Amino acid sequence: MINSLIQGILLGGYYALIASGLSFMFSVMRIINLAHGSLAVLAGYLLFVLAQRFGISPFYGLLIVLPVMAAIGFLLQRFVLDRSLRAGPLVPILATFGLAIVVDNLLFQQFGADTRSLAPYIGTLSYDSFELPGGIYVGALAVYIFVTAVVVLGGLQLLLSFTAIGRAIRATAEDPETAGLVGIDSRLVNAVAAAIALVTVGLAGAALGMRATFDAYAGGTQLLFAFEAAVIGGAGSVWGTLIGGIVLALAQSFGAQISPLGFLIAGHAVFLIVLFARIFLPRLILMRRRA
Amino acid sequence: MSTIAVENVNLHHGLLHAVRDLSLSVASGEVVALVGANGAGKTTLLRAIAGAHRPTSGKILLDGADITAVPGHQRVGRGIALVPEGRRLFAQMTVEENLLLGRMAGRPGPWTVDKVLETFPNLVARRTARAATLSGGEQQATAIGRALMSNPSVLLLDEVSLGLSPIAVDRVYESLGALMRSGTTIILVEQDLSRAMRVAGRVICMLEGRVALEGPTASLERERVTQAYFGLGHQARALA
Repeated sequence: MINSLIQGILLGGYYALIASGLSFMFSVMRIINLAHGSLAVLAGYLLFVLAQRFGISPFYGLLIVLPVMAAIGFLLQRFVLDRSLRAGPLVPILATFGLAIVVDNLLFQQFGADTRSLAPYIGTLSYDSFELPGGIYVGALAVYIFVTAVVVLGGLQLLLSFTAIGRAIRATAEDPETAGLVGIDSRLVNAVAAAIALVTVGLAGAALGMRATFDAYAGGTQLLFAFEAAVIGGAGSVWGTLIGGIVLALAQSFGAQISPLGFLIAGHAVFLIVLFARIFLPRLILMRRRA
Repeated sequence: MSTIAVENVNLHHGLLHAVRDLSLSVASGEVVALVGANGAGKTTLLRAIAGAHRPTSGKILLDGADITAVPGHQRVGRGIALVPEGRRLFAQMTVEENLLLGRMAGRPGPWTVDKVLETFPNLVARRTARAATLSGGEQQATAIGRALMSNPSVLLLDEVSLGLSPIAVDRVYESLGALMRSGTTIILVEQDLSRAMRVAGRVICMLEGRVALEGPTASLERERVTQAYFGLGHQARALA
């Protein structure tokens, strides 16, 4: 019981990490990036190639891959999202959906159907563990991923609250035209925000590759987990995302105890319950008050 | 400081022809009041000078340089600041954060958060309050402060007295007094004609997108401005 609680919380760290970029982009640019999972898988493949072909450890590989992801984010905003947003709020969603299909199939064409993992390239870290009092073992990697998620989410919060670029990002999110009138280049600010979001996607891709396996079409599942964590936590709130990831993972690990199939079902069930509660509870409360 | 010139500018809102072939120039350090009925094109003209509205044709010049194609956010860096109609504060952000945003253009100058708070003492206690929770007067002071933080050489004020109590209006204009004497070029849109004529050196009255009457405040009678304001100028002349 306590064991699955702890393992669940640690898994929640991974979900929060992959959801952080999604909810950041949603809260700042009002864009739901359906290519989120595919881009994380792309980052995983980039690290894999660096490790396999050039013998670069995935940790050093991040020094190359994260700037590449930032550049992808910047260009994505400038040349795809910015343009499609002018055609209406739904068009960027369609554009990212198309992008996800393109990324998935390019990866499939390049790497085939073999599943890959970064685990062979990170030495003993893939099976190292810490012993907690009470004879409970937790994976070292899971702990590091959880810590990374907390640092990323906390970093995003600090960035938004206390830096000039953070203020510019919030101002642009609230009212892009007035942001322009105070001297903010809202196109540039959105591109920087997308670059930041994609850096977190790169980290999530690294975490995915180190803790598990992935193939060219793994992006959809990752997007789904990120989306569920973000919605459960209340899209757009930084610490809510961490809570959302933990709730999703706890539901999954308790579901798995009931039945092997329960892992995914319990996760989806909690997501749907929270979603419907979000939609209907405020109305119910409102009706009660009126009655 | 700076001069502003508008040459044969036409502005459209979709099919609506809001400003028609309008030309005007404002000298350095001059305080000009733009008056006119609702829909005369005053706000659209100010927004065009600030870069928020693209002219269909014509030119906008800052110190003689054509800035018609310069995007709004770059015009702030060149010294043009607009206090927009309706304040347009960032409601979720604090007073201090709103003020700091004014510094994004990076223009050097004397304005700091502390100096704005000194100019508008009613903001001191509200420094960390969200803009959404401010009173109308406090919001207006924050909006003006935000524009001042960019150290403008041309300040455009759009209806700063709208929706404020008479006391709050007095306070806002009192704070602007020092600025008006400091050599900053100011164009202000003001519904209150007597107040406009009291603070401005020159009055430009707009009617249906054109300049109906223009002249130094000292030589204009209130009567004539009122007539131009309502488009009675031609009839008045015909009668005389």
